[in-house]
Amino acid sequence: MRVAVPVFPGSNCDHDALHACGTVMGWDTIPVWHQETRLPEGTELVFVPGGFSYGDYLRCGAIAALAPIMADVRRHADSGGLVLGVCNGFQILCEAHLLPGALLRNESLRFIHADVHLRVERTDLPFTRAMKAGAVFQVPIAHAEGNFTLDPAELADLEARGGVAFRYCSPTGEIGEDHVPNGAMNGIAGITNLRGNVLGMMPHPERAVDPKIGPTGGLGIFLSLGSTV
Amino acid sequence: MKVRVSVQLKPGILDPQGKAVEQGLHGFGFEVEHVRIGRLIEMDVPGTDPVDVKAKALAMCEKLLVNPVMEKASIEVL
Repeated sequence: MRVAVPVFPGSNCDHDALHACGTVMGWDTIPVWHQETRLPEGTELVFVPGGFSYGDYLRCGAIAALAPIMADVRRHADSGGLVLGVCNGFQILCEAHLLPGALLRNESLRFIHADVHLRVERTDLPFTRAMKAGAVFQVPIAHAEGNFTLDPAELADLEARGGVAFRYCSPTGEIGEDHVPNGAMNGIAGITNLRGNVLGMMPHPERAVDPKIGPTGGLGIFLSLGSTV
Repeated sequence: MKVRVSVQLKPGILDPQGKAVEQGLHGFGFEVEHVRIGRLIEMDVPGTDPVDVKAKALAMCEKLLVNPVMEKASIEVL
C-alpha cells in the first residue's frame, strides 16, 4: 500500500504516522510537503497527521485546509481514495468540508492527554473492517480542541446515516457522558463521510501500534486498512 | 476602506473561555452574565463604495474568516 502523509508547518505527529504506516505496517509511506500540488503517483491512503498546523491561527486546521496539497487530497477523496485524519488532521478535514462539523475547545478548557476507550460503531468501513461490531479498544488522546459539534439537525442526519465510526466509552463499552473526555456531542470520537472513504478522529491510533513502545490498541485500524487495499 | 469583522460563537454554542472569564469577573465582585468571547478582524479593503466593500468582506467570511458550524459574523465598514 502506498501512503502519503501531508506535512504542514506545525505538524508534529507526522513522524508517528510515518512510523506506524512505514516501520510497523511496512507500507510505502511518503511525507509530502504542504506546498506540493500533487500526491505521489499511486497513493491509496492519505494520512493527515496531528499537530498544530500553522500555529492553529484563526481556527484549528483552517489555514491548512487551504494549503496547495489539500486540493489534490480533495481530488483523491472525491475519486474514492482513502483519507484518514487524526487529531489536527480531523480538524483540517472538517475545515476543508470533507467531513461535517467542527471541533471546539474542550468543555474543561484544558488540554487533555489520556488513554481513552473507544467503541466501534461501524465495521463495514475500510478503516474498521477487521474489527468486531461493538469492540472496545484503547488509544491515547492529546488535544485541547476535540469537542465535536454539529447543529442539531445535521447531528441527527449524521447519526441516522451511521456516520459515527467511534464513540468514547467505558472500558467495558458503556456509553455515557461520564466517559466523554472533552464534551463532544453524543460522545463522538470519530466520524466518516457518506461514502465511507474519509474518516476523522481525535484519538491517536498511530501512537498505539508498536509493541516495542507500548500498548497496541490502535492496530485494528491499520490491520483493517491493510486488508482493504 | 477600513473594514471590521466581528466573529462570535453562535448562540447555543458553549463558550468555555467566556465562562471562565465570567467566573473571573465574579471573583472580583462584578455582577455580569452571558460573557462571550469572539474575534475582531480589521483590514483595509480597496474600494470606495461601502456596499461593494461589504460584499467583498462577506465573501471573505464565507470562504475563510467564519466557520458557519459554530460562528457568525457582523461586518462594519468604517
